[in-house]
Amino acid sequence: MSATHIGWSGLAASLVLVAVAVGLSGWQRLHLSRSVLWACARAAAQLFVVGWALKLVLDPDAPVVWAWLWVAVMVVFSGVTIRNRAREVPGIWALGTVAMLVVVVVSLAVILGFGMFPVEGRTIVPLAGMMIGNSMTASVLVGRRIVGELRDKRDEVEARLALGHAWPDAARPYVRSALRTALVPQIESTKAVGLVFLPGAMTGLVLAGVDAADAVSIQLAIMYLILGSVATSITVIGLGLTRRLFTPDHRLRRVVRSPG
Amino acid sequence: MLAFEAVRVTTDDGAELLHGVDAAVCPGTVTVLAGPSGAGKSTLLRLGNRLEVPSHGVVRFHGRDVADLDPLELRRRVGMVFQKPVVFAGTVRENLHVADAHADDLSLGRVLERVGLGVALLDRQADDLSGGEAQRMCIARALLTRPEVLLMDEPTSSLDPANRRAVEALARELAAEGLGICWVSHDLDQVRRLTDRVVVLVEGRVADAHEAARYLGAGDARGADDAGTARDARGGDDAGAAGDAGGRAGERPA
Repeated sequence: MSATHIGWSGLAASLVLVAVAVGLSGWQRLHLSRSVLWACARAAAQLFVVGWALKLVLDPDAPVVWAWLWVAVMVVFSGVTIRNRAREVPGIWALGTVAMLVVVVVSLAVILGFGMFPVEGRTIVPLAGMMIGNSMTASVLVGRRIVGELRDKRDEVEARLALGHAWPDAARPYVRSALRTALVPQIESTKAVGLVFLPGAMTGLVLAGVDAADAVSIQLAIMYLILGSVATSITVIGLGLTRRLFTPDHRLRRVVRSPG
Repeated sequence: MLAFEAVRVTTDDGAELLHGVDAAVCPGTVTVLAGPSGAGKSTLLRLGNRLEVPSHGVVRFHGRDVADLDPLELRRRVGMVFQKPVVFAGTVRENLHVADAHADDLSLGRVLERVGLGVALLDRQADDLSGGEAQRMCIARALLTRPEVLLMDEPTSSLDPANRRAVEALARELAAEGLGICWVSHDLDQVRRLTDRVVVLVEGRVADAHEAARYLGAGDARGADDAGTARDARGGDDAGAAGDAGGRAGERPA
């Protein structure tokens, strides 16, 4: 066993913590034991399949086009995931997919364009994955929040429209509030990094034996890119969604509240 | 000035809220849309400044189909006051600036005095206003766009009697200054106090003379058996100049 190879025994040992979670669920009658076991089994199956596929894509001899295809699949699936998590948001599948595409294009253009990392499968796939993963959560949050704000504050929005405001002006205070809500967690986590938690990429690099200073600089670059990606994705969702929620003649559409 | 011609409104799920309603709002008059809850009064009102659009029929402003007008310009000329006072965060001044960002304190003070509020309120947090003050501030805000018609959707429903009377008096003053007021109410006493013309809506259509008389009650039914007869719902005076829609059942000009 080494810092980068835990072996089957190491993996089995980590199941002790799963047993703790199941035990706590049973003790507190949370009725979550099956969910915990199912989540663990599903994660294992998914990661083994993904790991096998990644091995092919990340092979130094594999053509880089496989990596780009992998990224394309990630973009599509992220759109589906965003739709599943925010079903009450009209048109979120298309908007989410476009937002993730923009995020990938912009962030990889910066990363690869400035030569921060080489254009290889082993850089393209994990970097795109990190950008998409973080942006996806913020996209769901901002989509739900914009719909909620404009639905709950409908009387205020219509009062602004009735005073002759165009839809972007009438919606601005509420969309701005939603954008702040979605971006603040990322800002806070950027502020807390190193003090409260060590981010995954840096931890991985340190475990793999990379010099701590190099790990820090890579992690910083990634964090800044993630912050930019989250801001980009929520802006795309914010602008696109707000436009969808109004008619061309500046009326606020009705959005049905989702059950539950 | 503002005319609704055979307007129908159908919701996305197929329910028809208005079934071909004709009505008109004239300058210098208070037209009351009366009727029980769910009759379509607010829906009709919202057609007036295009917060809703009819599925059939036409809404005209000065004879032009409002669908052909710039909706933003239309809304500044056809103002709206909502049932519940809509107060934005910030001071009264900031609330008024939502309607006219460039208005100076002199203009704001003038419009506040016009609705019976003092200029001293400008720096007050709008959330701290009483219900009556807040509604009057909303009227002042709507007046800042210099509308020709003011649509008022049960503007006194959440006010105490004193404030209710004050807002009614303000509506009458505005009508006297030439504005066309369209006021939604299901308070029959208020209808009698306020109206130059009354349009009674029942289940999404203009009530016929018999239904209108029954709804408005015996004391007010003098003209309802002949809906075209000119009567003043406030005093029974004959003041037959009130309008173009006088002959329609359920619509009673003063």
